[in-house]
Amino acid sequence: MAIVLRQNTQPVHSPEDIVRIRQVVRTWAVQIGLNLVDQTKIVTAASELARNMVDYGGGGDVLMQHVENGIRRGLRLTFEDRGPGIPDVEKAMREGFSTGTGLGLGLSGARRLSSEFDIRSKPGEGTRVTITRWKS
Amino acid sequence: MDRIPILKMGEFLLVTIQVDMHDRLAMTLQDDLTEKIVDTRARGVLIDISALQMVDSFMGRMLGNIAATAGVLDAETVLVGMQPAVAITLVELGLSLKGVRTALNVERGMALLRKAGG
Repeated sequence: MAIVLRQNTQPVHSPEDIVRIRQVVRTWAVQIGLNLVDQTKIVTAASELARNMVDYGGGGDVLMQHVENGIRRGLRLTFEDRGPGIPDVEKAMREGFSTGTGLGLGLSGARRLSSEFDIRSKPGEGTRVTITRWKS
Repeated sequence: MDRIPILKMGEFLLVTIQVDMHDRLAMTLQDDLTEKIVDTRARGVLIDISALQMVDSFMGRMLGNIAATAGVLDAETVLVGMQPAVAITLVELGLSLKGVRTALNVERGMALLRKAGG
C-alpha cells in the first residue's frame, strides 16, 4: 500500500485549466525528483487525461499525490469527473478509438506513459482514471 | 486574444512556439498559418518547437494538420528542435508524426527547405 506524503486537488473545466494542470504536474514531478523523460511522460499523460475530462466528462478534479511505496517514491494523479461515463471501457482503451475529433490516443497513450494505470467508469455516474509514475 | 507570431523570411515562413499552448491558441495558429501561406505565397514553413516541454496528441494532430494543409498549398513544412524527452514521449504515446518532415535545428531545417524549393 502506498503512503501519501502530500496531496492537492485542482479543478479542470477549461482548455486554460489543461495548461495549468500541465504546469502544476511538471512542478510536482521536478520536486519529487523524476528525471526529465519521466517528467515529460507524466505531464503528457496528464494533458491527455485532463483534455478527456474537459471534452467528454464535463470537467472534473485532478488529485495530485506524492506517494511512497517501500523504497519507491512517485507521483500519482487521479482524474475524476461526473460525466456520462464510458459504456465500454475495454473498447475505449483500444488505440485509435475515438468518439470525438481526437486521434483516440488519450486513454491508451496515457496508459503507455504511466508505470501504473487504473480506470473505473460507470455509465451515468462518471469516470475515474488513476496513473502513477514511479521514480526510476 | 493571444497569437503566435509568424515571420516571413524570403520565400519561407518561420514560427517559433515559445509558450505552452492552450488548445484554442493551437487552432488559431493553424488558421493564421494557412492564411499567411496563401497571402505571401510561401514555399516553405519552418516550425521551431525547441522551447516546447511536451507535445500531446492534440498538438501532434495540429502539427500534422498544418503540414498537410501547407502541402496542399504547395508549401513544405519542417518541424525543428524537438527536445529528446519530447520525442521519446511522443513515440511512446503512439504518435509518430507521419508526413511531417523534421530537422534537428533551424539551420538544418532551412537547408532542407531550400533544397525542397530549389
